[in-house]
Amino acid sequence: MSAETGDLVQLTDQPIDADRVRSHLARNGGGSSGGVCIFEGWTRGEVHPTHGPLLRLEYQAYSQMAIEMMRKLAADARAKWQIVTLVIVHRTGAVPVGEPSVIIGVASGHRAEAFAACRWLIDELKQSVPIWKKEVWAGGESTWVNPAE
Amino acid sequence: MQINVLMFGPVRDLVGAETVSLDLPAGTVVRELQGVLIERFPALRAGITAVRFSVNREFVDDDRVLADGDEVAIIPPVSGG
Repeated sequence: MSAETGDLVQLTDQPIDADRVRSHLARNGGGSSGGVCIFEGWTRGEVHPTHGPLLRLEYQAYSQMAIEMMRKLAADARAKWQIVTLVIVHRTGAVPVGEPSVIIGVASGHRAEAFAACRWLIDELKQSVPIWKKEVWAGGESTWVNPAE
Repeated sequence: MQINVLMFGPVRDLVGAETVSLDLPAGTVVRELQGVLIERFPALRAGITAVRFSVNREFVDDDRVLADGDEVAIIPPVSGG
């Protein structure tokens, strides 16, 4: 956590506690925030035509570069919008179907900025932060996700 | 000079190692490093056009000159989130 801003930017190999994210936003933004937007990205259950059901996603990160880029995104978002506090947490390792791999939370004075910053942060993260996911199927196969496909 | 190249995601699986250590002449640029890697790991050839390189955790162009001790990484298309 950044001492100056109270932002929470984190990579973790543990399940992400959505309640903890919300209480962080409340603790650091309560009183001056009027709009709070939280985005959660979950592992979606799918069935592959030949490999069968999806068991889990496995995330691998270039941890040091990823966390540096996530901090930079937080700073860039702060430069673009009036943000009271924000959270960016991404999980690594195995993420079973129905659990979050990423949570972005933005508390701002008004909803328009909270929505815009939250949307921008998840889009930028998906585009540039060095994290990769592999789909692991019930049939035993596993495949790296190619975003271009 | 000694350069360690970090591998991630599909590239790590193709190469079968997390890190590859290379002895390169001073003044080597990223483009030349790419050639050395393809020569040593022909499996990389198919996917190498889509990758980016980072040096000391910043994305770089392929004319970036490498220095002894640089932390280089091959960054295949990312898929976080």
